[in-house]
Amino acid sequence: MVVNEYLDIFIEESKEHIQSLNDHLLELEKDPKNITIVNEIFRSAHTLKGMSATMGYQDLADLTHNMENVLDAVRNKKLTLNSQIVDVIFTVVDALESMVFDIIDGGEGKQDVSELVNKLDAIENGDQNIDSQTKKADKSSGKTSSIESELDQFELTVLQQSNEKGYQNYQVTVQLQDTTLLKAARVYMVFEILEQIGEVIKSVPSVTELEDENFEFDFTVVLVTKDGPDEIEQKIMKVSEINSVTVNELKVNQFTGGDAEEAQDTVKAAEETSEDHEETTSKRPLTSKTIRVNIERLDALMNLFEELVTDRGRLEQISADLRHNDLEETVERMARISGDLQNIILNMRMVPINQVFNRFPRMVRQLSRELNKEINLEIIGADTELDRTVIDEIGDPLVHLIRNALDHGIETPEVRKASGKPGTGTLKLNAYHSGNHVFIEISDDGAGINRDVITKKAIENGLITKEQAQSYSNHQVYQLIMESGFSTADKISDVSGRGVGLDVVKSTIEALGGSITIDSELGKGSVFSIQLPLTLTIISVMLTKVKDETFAIPLSSILETAIIHKDKIMTAHNKQVIDFRGRVVPLVSLTEIFDVPGDDQDDNYHSVVIIRQGEKMTGLIVDSFIGQQEVVLKTLGNYLSNVFAISGATILGDGQVALIVDTSALIK
Amino acid sequence: MAKVESEFVKSIIFQLNNEEYAMPVDLVGAIERMLPITRVPGTPDFIKGVLNLRGVVTPLLDLRIRFGFEPKDYSDETRTIIIQHENMDVGLIVDAAHDVIDIPKASIEPTPEAVGSVHIDYIDGVAKYDERLFILLNIDKILSKELLEQETTARKEKLVQ
Repeated sequence: MVVNEYLDIFIEESKEHIQSLNDHLLELEKDPKNITIVNEIFRSAHTLKGMSATMGYQDLADLTHNMENVLDAVRNKKLTLNSQIVDVIFTVVDALESMVFDIIDGGEGKQDVSELVNKLDAIENGDQNIDSQTKKADKSSGKTSSIESELDQFELTVLQQSNEKGYQNYQVTVQLQDTTLLKAARVYMVFEILEQIGEVIKSVPSVTELEDENFEFDFTVVLVTKDGPDEIEQKIMKVSEINSVTVNELKVNQFTGGDAEEAQDTVKAAEETSEDHEETTSKRPLTSKTIRVNIERLDALMNLFEELVTDRGRLEQISADLRHNDLEETVERMARISGDLQNIILNMRMVPINQVFNRFPRMVRQLSRELNKEINLEIIGADTELDRTVIDEIGDPLVHLIRNALDHGIETPEVRKASGKPGTGTLKLNAYHSGNHVFIEISDDGAGINRDVITKKAIENGLITKEQAQSYSNHQVYQLIMESGFSTADKISDVSGRGVGLDVVKSTIEALGGSITIDSELGKGSVFSIQLPLTLTIISVMLTKVKDETFAIPLSSILETAIIHKDKIMTAHNKQVIDFRGRVVPLVSLTEIFDVPGDDQDDNYHSVVIIRQGEKMTGLIVDSFIGQQEVVLKTLGNYLSNVFAISGATILGDGQVALIVDTSALIK
Repeated sequence: MAKVESEFVKSIIFQLNNEEYAMPVDLVGAIERMLPITRVPGTPDFIKGVLNLRGVVTPLLDLRIRFGFEPKDYSDETRTIIIQHENMDVGLIVDAAHDVIDIPKASIEPTPEAVGSVHIDYIDGVAKYDERLFILLNIDKILSKELLEQETTARKEKLVQ
């Protein structure tokens, strides 16, 4: 079987469907009566089932199939949703997810699903006998080609409703060739086509029976569509091994009637379905305008572009040396165009942060149960876009911070009520762009950080002295909880561990070129805000000269540059410091730190780059400033992975390598 | 045929301190004349720095210093052998490199250990062939990260205090 080429698509789409299952289940939990949501879930489950059956992942298909049955019962009002059912469906979705991940890891996607299947069966059957009755009815009339008598009230209303909205109802009978081997596959293909042109309201035999190949060679469906009968026929005939297609118009007016209340109910539901339908049709042209591109190709494009940026730098240098008018003009134009090109390429690699955020609702739901807390999660700015490389890295730190907020931040309902707050705590995730950065804020309305507890712990652990504790600002104190070996939870819990972790969060974020700050008010809550660069590969730097060597300092960490007379340099405890806008800022000489060989120049003036990280500042003494430039960040390779105060390298316009200074290592 | 081939080790021969050293040729990505080097601070002396090898920033080791020989000024003869090994691209600076020779496996002997000499782990053995003596190098040991990290950390501590 030539399955492999479809495997990628299968995996991608399964992930999407599982995500949509998760999202909609959460919505459904809040609004259990909403049939539209059930329909959405059903649709995802159905597609997932079809795909996994086609790909031969039987366990996956079985489980989805049973889930679909339950959902179908809910959809047709034969089953009322309760939290127990939702819980079971959640576990099913979890199981589906783990199977899909197994497939991603090269596994077979096999898992023992019998327990879950039984649970689902129990839910399905434990219900009223209407369910089994209809089933019987379905089976007994499996071969009849007249479908009208089988339409129930709900389906009739849908048909009527769609008729009024200008859709046509057809009864489509498809006859497969007697020699057809993979009947289910053909049925699946036919249904794919039918779902593209409209909506299948009913099928005889039922979809389940069709997929189990539990039919002869023909089947009939009721289709709601805007297409004409000929078009439908032509489209279906494109599927091979089909003998004939008969399309008849279906009039439904005469079938309506029955209980008034029920009718009203179904009308509402029908409205929702048809609205839903319109929505999907209007969305379709949008999706056809995107294509999936392998990330490796984008990476290759990026690499090529990096080479171009390097050559652009070189060209700029040459034209500046030659001072030829036409050349300068052309180079300038090229620089502008490649700037635009860079924006486009970077944008292509942008992914909405929703990819990370979307797993949090589930996580928060589960954690709040484990912790017996009531938590309302608010997500703002899920469509904020970030470079893929950043997205891949930021997930774990965020998980950690959220766990931390749930565990240590938000109190139990009793405690909250006692302090006059609503029993339900709020956790807010907010992502937004600002300048060349993306900010992610995680705020809770919990207990806040107790300064005294932190300082006491920090003194106990020997992180700071008593004197330091008193002189520290609140911000400095809060930063302490991200030092390694620090834990404030009196009780070690499974949820957020023992204080190993927040320091890892901090270092991960810093490794990404970002920073994290904490703000808190006792009794009101805390805010953890993360600042991240939009992209990691092309950065703006300030090139500086130290004797004969060139060092690049990332612009993002530079506060400003200054020229300082040597008389202005003071010493404090044998360290050089300057008074910079009213603050005492320590000075570090790059010549000394990097041990740069060559003769010392004795200048009266020093060029200083003031760098900043959070609240802390340091002045770096260099010999001269060369200027600002966009450069491509490169690593020093695997061999030199651990060089002090150097975060990478870049290739300059003249082909030489310049080292990029890791400013965070120089700030203490 | 396959049998015959396996009896030889196709090796690149390079000169260091008037001795001839050998390394399997399949490790070698390229041989370059000296290119501009950028010094990397805080690294051991035997790391000369990094160079731009067609867009890839590649670290350079001076084998003379790595092996504890007297440093020598680079000349027209000096070559950089670019090694591609276990996802690492590293350049080795040698006095000269001109030959590729098929060394018969049979001619390879373990390192003769004189009394009192320290065992050197980066030598796999010696081969006497065609009236020449080749010293066979073990690339894993030469690029061992232990020594590198030991020295880097020592330097870092010196800088930080």
